[in-house]
Amino acid sequence: MIALPLGCIVLLMTLALVGAVVARTASGGRIVYGGSLAISLALLLIALLSIGGGSSTVTLPLGLPWIGARFQLDPLAAFFLVVVGLGSAGASYYALGYGRHEPEPQRVLPFYPAFLAGLTLVVVAADAFSFLFAWELMSLASWALVMSHDREPGNANAGFVYIVMASFSGLALLLCFGLLAGATGDFSFAAMQAAHPSPGIAALALVLALIGAGSKAGVVPLHAWLPLAHPAAPSHVSALMSGVMTKVAVYGFIRIVFDLLGAPTWWGGVIVLAVGGITAVLGVLYALMEHDLKRLLAYHTVENIGIIFIGLGLALAFGANLLPAAAALALTAALFHVFNHSVFKSLLFFGSGAVLTATGERDMDHLGGLIHRMPKTAFAFLIGCIAISALPPLNGFVSEWLTFQAILLHPDLPQWGLKLAIPADGALLALSAALAAACFVKAFGVTFLGRARTRVAADAREVDGYSTNAMFVFAALCLLAGIFPGAVIDLLAPVTQALTGAHMPKQLDVAWLSIVPVETARSSYNGLLVLVFVTISASLGVLAIHRFASHALRRAPAWDCGFPDPRPQTQYTAGSFAQPIRRVYGAVVFRAHDTVTMPPPGATAPASIEKHIADPIWDALYAPIAAAVWWMSQALNHLQFLTIRRYLGFVFAALVILLLALALWQ
Amino acid sequence: MAVIPALLVQGVQMALVLLLAPLLTGLTRKVKARLQRRQGPSVIQPYRDLKRLLHKDVVLAENASWLFRVAPYVIFAVTWVAAALVPTFATGLLFSWSGDLIAITALLGSARFAQALAAMDIGTSFGGIGASREVMIASLAEPAMLMIALSVALIAGSTQLSTIADYMAFSAVGLRVTLALGLVALVIVALAENARIPVDNPATHLELTMVHEAMVLEYSGRHLAMIELAASLKLLLYVSVIACIFFPFGLAHGYVIGLIAYLLKLAVAGVLLGVFEVSIAKMRVFRVPNFLGAALMLALLGVLLRFVSEGM
Repeated sequence: MIALPLGCIVLLMTLALVGAVVARTASGGRIVYGGSLAISLALLLIALLSIGGGSSTVTLPLGLPWIGARFQLDPLAAFFLVVVGLGSAGASYYALGYGRHEPEPQRVLPFYPAFLAGLTLVVVAADAFSFLFAWELMSLASWALVMSHDREPGNANAGFVYIVMASFSGLALLLCFGLLAGATGDFSFAAMQAAHPSPGIAALALVLALIGAGSKAGVVPLHAWLPLAHPAAPSHVSALMSGVMTKVAVYGFIRIVFDLLGAPTWWGGVIVLAVGGITAVLGVLYALMEHDLKRLLAYHTVENIGIIFIGLGLALAFGANLLPAAAALALTAALFHVFNHSVFKSLLFFGSGAVLTATGERDMDHLGGLIHRMPKTAFAFLIGCIAISALPPLNGFVSEWLTFQAILLHPDLPQWGLKLAIPADGALLALSAALAAACFVKAFGVTFLGRARTRVAADAREVDGYSTNAMFVFAALCLLAGIFPGAVIDLLAPVTQALTGAHMPKQLDVAWLSIVPVETARSSYNGLLVLVFVTISASLGVLAIHRFASHALRRAPAWDCGFPDPRPQTQYTAGSFAQPIRRVYGAVVFRAHDTVTMPPPGATAPASIEKHIADPIWDALYAPIAAAVWWMSQALNHLQFLTIRRYLGFVFAALVILLLALALWQ
Repeated sequence: MAVIPALLVQGVQMALVLLLAPLLTGLTRKVKARLQRRQGPSVIQPYRDLKRLLHKDVVLAENASWLFRVAPYVIFAVTWVAAALVPTFATGLLFSWSGDLIAITALLGSARFAQALAAMDIGTSFGGIGASREVMIASLAEPAMLMIALSVALIAGSTQLSTIADYMAFSAVGLRVTLALGLVALVIVALAENARIPVDNPATHLELTMVHEAMVLEYSGRHLAMIELAASLKLLLYVSVIACIFFPFGLAHGYVIGLIAYLLKLAVAGVLLGVFEVSIAKMRVFRVPNFLGAALMLALLGVLLRFVSEGM
């Protein structure tokens, strides 16, 4: 089966070359996106068919001469290929209609298929060299996509931060693989699995994997590039970067930590749990402070990555305590959330792209009332908001529910670190779920509800059929995965079986299509029945009203306690909506405070309010590093203007010092 | 076939919560009025209010969208389903396994989501103020509720309310620190979620203090009736949850005794709520986070204690 995805990758790379040729022609977009759509659908089909099968490997005479390039399609790779195929098929279909508002939409055409090829290649790579090659291909292609609007203010900076962080992530992974390959230097994954690294090496490799894959996925504090780079790209690329690329990074982490490292350790679980919990809450708090729709969504990706890492940390903790069934449940929850997030985050980025197409605005404070002008987009975006807020009966709730069940499973773990980390993560998960709901009330309420705040919002038009269809398909997936979660869980069984040695009980056999993680008396959930009940109850309510109540309806100006103000500026904005939360949480986390200046009585000067928010992680971590790099480059600047004699002198001195060091060493 | 009677009991439960909910609201109001030395409206006044609202015209703001008109039905349906999933007079109802305590909390979250969105739909500043304060309160109350669910689930070994109630009724649970912390936290959460004093005042229309009332300001007629009924259902739901976890008396002794016990519990809860509300003043909005933060911390402490020691 491995030949088929490799064939798809070759096709995608060819399409990238074709894209470079046809970019300037009128039908270039159709060729590239149509081709990507067909290949992605083929990939999705291949992945779905091979997820239950065994693993198949192939060694090709590519890459380094004495290694060759190994590729593998096992259940884990197949599951992530499903995510990649689905996300890229959706984005390609959406892109067929997208780009009317862009000055030069053809600029991304050569890089888009290359990016898809990179994503696919990471998942099927089975040795360190091919993996890192694919990883860098993915980074560079997406960097080019991020830089497609390079003249817009801030985008050059976003691209710079992104490329620095991507190099950093590649470096960490390189070191990680170097440690795992050991003294023999065999870079194939099979050899790494067979080798059993010493505890010290394993610990270091875990931390490096967390840094390398985590910075690509966006775990706090390595998330800084993500809210800059994701919004800068065109929206279908943002959807891919947030929905798919972060998942491929999660794949990298799972591959290294669950597959290559061997037996998990409990303190590894503690580290991952801590990182996950902090990432989840900080991600959503950052998102709440945001008024740019696409940046808000990007910060939410950080939150969801945190939720995924909580599940992974639980799986490590249970695995270390030899509880394979519990580890399988936690891993299923994490992978289910991987799938869910790729679906609803793609949907939400499609929606924000539609808003951008219709209005040219990403700033929510310049929007409003779009539900009247763009009813289809509004409906699909609403479904995405409900799903990401983890509200039943949609899919986001199911994976968070499974994570809670995993948290509850074993309060009797012996290690004290886990005894504290697991309940603390439960609280952080609950907090982030509630804050996510608040955040999406804000995102949907300010953007789509109320009255239009600007001319462009008032004149917005519904977007093309490709965009709305893509959104509706993903919205339907949110609903289907929410009411038939058993199908997804059963699909994940071979994956968890391979990684933890156990899988959750088969769910599709349970009566009424409920999901039962352990046993019915313990916990069960049935999204389908909940949906049916809510529908029946609502219908009963409607029927009773239509039978017994008054049907009369009058339209009148809004009442607003008798003081209606016709100006749309009096509505709550993104900033004012988040003000209570900013005051409660932001005062601690972001040192947020408002400065109010009131003119003296009788003066005609306007009063003013200024809000101040600091980014603690940027200030504490990135700013000092940037300052140090700046200082060092200033200090080294003198070296740029020396004579040839001096340079030769430096070379000589370096040689002498190195030889001395060597002599002393031996 | 045992399905038909079981279905019937489930139906009775759904009808029961719907019929009793306004009565509980009426009882609380009556108790409050008597304690304030007022005559107060009759306990069946909420039913009359609902009837009156149902027969009035709906006055819809000019720029209200479909969401504003759909929301009341969604809020009502979701709250009703959640209330029907809580064991009231018997455990182990036919569909009780379709949602556990976490799902019930999340269903109430769905209702709140719909309500907050509807509040923002008209584009008035009061809608915004209500929605933004509501989500701030919920951002603390919901995690606290989930933590309570976790701590109770750790004791009973299940998140299923029926199983929890059976466990609490039959096993020698005894006095536990976790349960005590959970009860205090749950009462605080219930007060906040139902917009009761000291968090919010259900009787106020003073602009700057209202939260829930600000959100429903633009509603009228049958829409308002749905929302009022949903609010009553939510109060009943919380009383039922507290009763079935912490006071599961009578649940296991057949339907008749269970029903009588349930009615008594509701009456006690209504009176206690009335007494509590007249004996305390409303807080400033920005005091509420401290109040709810205490609930969150108590509940978290309960969970932590369970992780640290089996006996707590």
